[in-house]
Amino acid sequence: MTIDLLLFLTLALVAVATALGMVTSKNTVYSALFLVLNFATVAVFYILLGAPFIAMSQITVYAGAIMVLFLFVIMLLGTERLNSANILPWQRPLAIILAVILTVEAGYLLIFKSNPTAMVNAPDASINTIGSLQSLGMALFTDYLLPFEATSILLLVAMVGAIILSKQDKNEKGGAK
Amino acid sequence: MVKVDYYIILSAILFITGALGVLVRRNPLIIFMSVELMLNAANLAFVAFANMHNNLDGQIFVFFVMTVAAAEVAVGLALIVQIFKAKHSINVDDINSLKG
Repeated sequence: MTIDLLLFLTLALVAVATALGMVTSKNTVYSALFLVLNFATVAVFYILLGAPFIAMSQITVYAGAIMVLFLFVIMLLGTERLNSANILPWQRPLAIILAVILTVEAGYLLIFKSNPTAMVNAPDASINTIGSLQSLGMALFTDYLLPFEATSILLLVAMVGAIILSKQDKNEKGGAK
Repeated sequence: MVKVDYYIILSAILFITGALGVLVRRNPLIIFMSVELMLNAANLAFVAFANMHNNLDGQIFVFFVMTVAAAEVAVGLALIVQIFKAKHSINVDDINSLKG
């Protein structure tokens, strides 16, 4: 067993354990913190796969911005614990059956349709040089310029939407504080 | 050496965990986090394939997925806050009418 396989297995264990902890945790704050840890391990996978800039974006955008937003909303609403009155009793078994079916499908595809000889290219010294980032920027601003501009409009629309949704209605009598 | 398959299997496991979370949990915040987990699993598969093919296009797609995720979270959490103000509950089973 080589060192990078050992590293992969350890991190994979952490990633799966934190994902399961996020889904099963009763307290929403714990779920959010499990998810932060999961994002951090996935960022390490990105570094192992030779994508350091993606890894840094993952940390800043996901673990930084998005999860802080989640934690703010959890604490703003005071819904750390939500009593789960299960209105639909058949929901949980059905969900587990569907998840098992999805697992079988994924397993089938991975066993019969995969390319078993493909190995991960280990990141060499050039991955941290400016050239790697330069080629990423070149691709982003030439071949993918139109999607890039479209995402800027998407972000603008999302920002306006969030402001409109959280704006206090002035005409509403009493005004919800 | 690590096989690309291992990353794809890990990505599938994370995706299935996220899907299970969406189906089982009734707290919309957890459902949102599970959706983020599924997006992350897809990102991991993208980066693994980008590495396998020595091509940057997969990494570019991860950027776009991250942008969409950020936009989705900003609007979704604003909606959750408004629903909580109107109904004083965020259990998704209680949210069954369009009028507040």
